[in-house]
Amino acid sequence: MTVNQISVFLENKPGTLTAMTGLLAESGVDMRALSLAETNDFGIVRIIVDDVYKATTVLKDGGFIHQLTPVLAVLIPDEPGGLHKVLEVLREAEVNVEYMYAFLGGGDVNHAYMIFRVQDTKKAGAALAVKGIKLVNQDSIAEI
Amino acid sequence: MEHYYQPEIECASREQIKAWQDERLVAQVQHVWDNVPYYREKMEEKGLTPADIQSSDDLYKLPFLTKADLRDAYPYGLMGVPLKDCVRIQSTSGTTGKRVVAFYTQADIDLWEDCCARAIMAAGGTNEDVCQVSYGYGLFTGGPGLNGGSHKVGCLTIPTSSGNTERQIMFIQDLSATILCCTPSYAAYIGETMKEMGLGPNDIPLKAGIFGAEAWSQEMRRDIENTLGIKAYDIYGLTELSGPGVSFECSAQTGMHINEDHFIAEIINPETGEVLPEGSQGELVFTSITKKAFPLLRYRTRDICTLTREPCSCGRTHVKMTKPQGRTDDMLIIRGVNVFPSQIETVLLNHGYPANYQIIVDRVRNTDTLDVQVEMTPEMFTDNLGDVAARQKELVEGLRSMLGLTAKVTLVAPKSIVRSEGKAVRVIDKRKI
Repeated sequence: MTVNQISVFLENKPGTLTAMTGLLAESGVDMRALSLAETNDFGIVRIIVDDVYKATTVLKDGGFIHQLTPVLAVLIPDEPGGLHKVLEVLREAEVNVEYMYAFLGGGDVNHAYMIFRVQDTKKAGAALAVKGIKLVNQDSIAEI
Repeated sequence: MEHYYQPEIECASREQIKAWQDERLVAQVQHVWDNVPYYREKMEEKGLTPADIQSSDDLYKLPFLTKADLRDAYPYGLMGVPLKDCVRIQSTSGTTGKRVVAFYTQADIDLWEDCCARAIMAAGGTNEDVCQVSYGYGLFTGGPGLNGGSHKVGCLTIPTSSGNTERQIMFIQDLSATILCCTPSYAAYIGETMKEMGLGPNDIPLKAGIFGAEAWSQEMRRDIENTLGIKAYDIYGLTELSGPGVSFECSAQTGMHINEDHFIAEIINPETGEVLPEGSQGELVFTSITKKAFPLLRYRTRDICTLTREPCSCGRTHVKMTKPQGRTDDMLIIRGVNVFPSQIETVLLNHGYPANYQIIVDRVRNTDTLDVQVEMTPEMFTDNLGDVAARQKELVEGLRSMLGLTAKVTLVAPKSIVRSEGKAVRVIDKRKI
C-alpha cells in the first residue's frame, strides 16, 4: 500500500519554488507534505498532495519536470518511541531507508504521518503490516 | 540512385576541373585588376601584375582578403562591376561583427542558384519533391539561395521562411513537404515542437533535410534524423562568396563537395598564411572565379577544416571539405586551452542531453570559468538526488576528457535557454579583459 509522491526538478534560483506553489495554489491542489532536497545548483521538491492527477497535469503544462515515486505513508502514534518502533521493524526486515519526512494532519492530534522512501517498498510494507503498524493509502491522504 | 543537377560539371575529370580553374582564375584576376582598385593596390604592394598569374598553380602568390578588408571597403570598395549591372544585395547576420554587404549581377545569382540546385539534388531532390524553405528570407542568404535552387530543380517550393513553428509543421503535413531547408538548430526545434504536439517521424512526409549556416555535430545530425525521420544533409556557404551552396553533402555524407568550377579552395596555416598540403587541417580560403559583382580572391573564411580529393562513391569529382571543426574566431581560449563550442555539444549529445545548451565564460579573480548550462529533460530526471548528481559528474568528466579542463555543469529548467529561429547564441563571454 503506497502513496504517490510527486518529485519535481527545480533550478536553484530565486522564485522557482514560488512558481511551482503558485501553480498548485491556482488549481486548488492541497499539499499534505513537502520536503526539499538540494545541491548547489538544483533541487528536488517532494510533495504529497490530495489530487495527484490534477497536480501532475498542472505541473506538466507549467513546464516542470517531475516524476511519480511510490512511498510509504505511515501513521505513527505521537508518543516517545513511536518512530523508533517503525524503524526497528524496517531494520529487522533489512530494508534501507533512502529518505523520510514527517507531517501532522487534520484534526488528529494524537498521530503524526511519516513518509518513507525505501529501497524495497513491498517488503517494507509487508513487514510493517505484520507488526500491526498502520499504513495510509492514497484515498485516505486525500481525505485528511 | 544518385541525382545530379549538372552531371557534366559535377562529375567532370580532375583535368577538366583544373582547366576550368586555370582559365577562369586568369580572367578573374584581370577582371579584379581592372575594376577593383582596393585589391589592385594589394597586388601592387606585393609587386604583382595579372601576368604573374598564369594558372591556378600561381594562386598562392596573391594577397589574402579578410573580414577586416570587407569592413574597410564597406560598402562599395570590393565591387567588380558598376552598380547599374547589379540586381541584388544580400547581407550577413553580423554575428561576428559588422555586417557584410555582397552584390550580385543576374549571372551571379544564377550560378549561386545552380550551386543550391546541385545541393538539393545531391540530397535526393527532384522535380517531384516539395521543398519547404524555412531559412530566413530577406537579407540573409539562406532563404533566397535555397528558394532559387529549389525552383531550378523544379521542386514545388514552400517559402515559409523561419518562425511560427506550428505553422511550419502544418505546412509540412498538409502540403506533404518532402525536403526541409533550415538551420540545424531550427530543425531540432521543429522536432521538439512536433514531440510536444504529439507527432512522431511517421506523421510527416519529410525524407531529407538540408541544414547549414551554423556549426552542428554528427550527434546533432543523428538526433534530428531520428526525430524528423529524415536523412540530414549538410550545406556550407558564406555571404561573401554567394551564400549557401559553396559546398554541399552528397549521399556518401563524408564531407561536402566544393563547387570547384566556381570556387577554388585552399587550406592555409592561419598563423603564417602558408598553403598546406591536401589532408592537412587549417583555415579554409576561397577564391571566387566566376562571380563578377563581388569577386573575392583568396578570402579567408576563418573556418578550420580539411580537404580531400579522394574519389567519392557518389560519382562527383569535386574536392570535399570536412564539416568545419571550428572557427578561428569562435574558438574560445579558456585558461590557455583552445575550446570550440562544437566539442562541448558533442559531449552533451553523447551523454544523452539535448542540444539546448549555453556556454558561459567568465573571469573570476583572474581565472577563467566555464559554465555549461544544460536543460534537464524528463528522461534524465529521477527522484534520487545522488543519481542526478552522478550524471552531472559524468558530464563534467566527459568535458574534462574532451577539452582538457574542468567545466562547471549547471542543470537548468526546461525551456529556460532561449530558442533560436536562426543562428543559436551558444556562447556568452562575460570576461572583461
